[in-house]
Amino acid sequence: MAFSGFRVVKEALTGHKGWGPLWRNPEPQAQYDFIIIGGGGHGLATAYHLAKTYGKSRIAVLEKGWLGSGNIGRNTTIIRSNYLLPGNQPFYEFSMKLWENQEQDLNFNSMVSQRTIINLFHSDGQRDAYRRRGNAMHLSGAGGTLLSQHELREIAPFLNYDNARFPIKGGLRQERAGTARHDGVAWGYARAADRLGVDLIQNCEVTGFRIQAGKLQGVETTRGYIGAKKVGVAVAGSSSRVMAQAGIRLPIESHVLQAFVSEGLKPIIPGVITFGAGHFYVSQSDKGGLVFGGDIDGYNTYAQRGNLPVIEDVLEGGMALMPMLGRARLLRSWGGIMDMSMDGSPIIDRTEIEGLYLNAGWCYGGFKATPASGYTFAHLLATDTPHDTATAYRLDRFARGYVIDEKGVGAQPNLH
Amino acid sequence: MLIPHPLLGLRDAQEFTYLGDATLLNRPDPQSETADAAFHDYVYLRDNPAGVHRELWFHDAGDRSWLVVTRDTTTHEILGAELARDVKLGITA
Repeated sequence: MAFSGFRVVKEALTGHKGWGPLWRNPEPQAQYDFIIIGGGGHGLATAYHLAKTYGKSRIAVLEKGWLGSGNIGRNTTIIRSNYLLPGNQPFYEFSMKLWENQEQDLNFNSMVSQRTIINLFHSDGQRDAYRRRGNAMHLSGAGGTLLSQHELREIAPFLNYDNARFPIKGGLRQERAGTARHDGVAWGYARAADRLGVDLIQNCEVTGFRIQAGKLQGVETTRGYIGAKKVGVAVAGSSSRVMAQAGIRLPIESHVLQAFVSEGLKPIIPGVITFGAGHFYVSQSDKGGLVFGGDIDGYNTYAQRGNLPVIEDVLEGGMALMPMLGRARLLRSWGGIMDMSMDGSPIIDRTEIEGLYLNAGWCYGGFKATPASGYTFAHLLATDTPHDTATAYRLDRFARGYVIDEKGVGAQPNLH
Repeated sequence: MLIPHPLLGLRDAQEFTYLGDATLLNRPDPQSETADAAFHDYVYLRDNPAGVHRELWFHDAGDRSWLVVTRDTTTHEILGAELARDVKLGITA
C-alpha cells in the first residue's frame, strides 16, 4: 500500500492498525535470472532498477546479515556532485538528479535535504583549484558558486577565519548538495524492490561460486545452492573476500573510516562544511547532532572500529575549524569498512567470468553514489553494456593506464 | 596499537607510516618477458585478507627502518614485527 499524507491521517484516526511490514521475508528459490549479492544501498538500488527501469523479473538480493547492515547504515549521509574528473563528475551528477526525485520515485520519505555543501579553501592556489573544479561541475550541470571570505562569513560566522596555518579565504558551494536519511534510503529501495517482486533474502551469506568452463552457474550460500544466470556483487568493504571465492584479486584494500555524532544541539551548522586541509567535515542532523568525520585510519582492516589517534586527529581538526565545537559533548563514534581502490574511484564492470559482475571500490564516497550506482549496475546487468555515465569505471583501467585519480596520489589506497 | 620493534621494543604505531602488503618487497623482474603483467599485479592487485596480514610499516618518527609487521586485520592484534631488511635477505631471528 502506498504511503501518503492521506494515509497517515487515516491511520491516525483508526489506531495505526493498517501498517504492515515494509517487505516480505521469502525463502530462496532454486533459480533466479539475477542475483545481487549484498543487501546494502547499492545492492538494493540495483535490484530496484533492474525491476523498475529495465523491466526484469526473477531477481533476488542475498544479504549475509540484515538489510542495510553495512556502510549504508554507518555513513555521514552526505550527497553531492562536486567532482573534477570527466570519468567521475557526470556519474555523480546523474546520481544527484536521481536523489532529487528519489522520494517520489520510491514512495518513501528518505529525507533528502538539499541544504548545500561548502568546501573551504585557504590559499590563492587552492582558490584557483576550486574555481577549476567549479567549472567542471558547471560543465556537467551540477552548478556551484565560488564564495569569497566575506560571503562565507555571512553564512557561517562561527568558523575560525584567522587560523594561523589555514586561514579561511572562502569556499566552493554546491547548492544542490546536502544530506539524506541513510537507513531510510536502504529501506526505501528495499520496499520498492520488494513491491516489484524482488526476493530480499536475509541471513544468507554467499560462501562460494559455482563456475563451469569460465561461466557462472550459481552461488553456494549458507541457505543452500542457488542457481543464477547473472550475479552482481555489491558488497563494498568485503569485495576482496567475496571475489576471492571466484579466484579474482582486486585493486582494493579494506580500510576503516570513523564517524562521530555529538549530543543534539539547536540548529547551528548551515548545510555541510568540509575542511579538507584539516581532515574534517561536519553537518547537523535533523535531530540536532553534529555529524562529523575525517580521514581513514590508514591500515588494512576488517574490524568495524578504528583507533584513538584518528579520533584525536579529527577532533583537533574540528577544534581548529570551529572552536565552539569544544563546548559540545561527543555522543558516540563508530567505524565502517571501505573498499579503498587503487585510484580512489569505483569499479562497475563485468569480470573475466561470464555472468559475474562487480560493483566495488567506493572508497569513503559510496553513499552519495547509491542511486546512480544501482541504476548503472542494473544497466550493465540488463544490457551487458556500461551506462553512459559509468563507462570509465572499468576493472581493467589499471592495466590500460586509464586510472581516475582525483587526488593524484597514485596506487596508494590509504592516501585517497 | 603498539608495534614490537625488533631493535627498539614496543613503539606507538603513530610513529610509523603504513605502506601496505609486504609482498611489495618482491618487486618483479623488469627485464622479464611478462614484466607488463607482473608489474600490473605488483602495483595494483592485493590479496586484502581478513585475518593475518604481513605488511610494511616505516618508522619515520623513529629509527627510519622498514618493518614487516604481522597483524590480524579482524582484531588489530599485532602478532610480530621483523626488520624488512632481514625478511628481504632471508635472515630469520
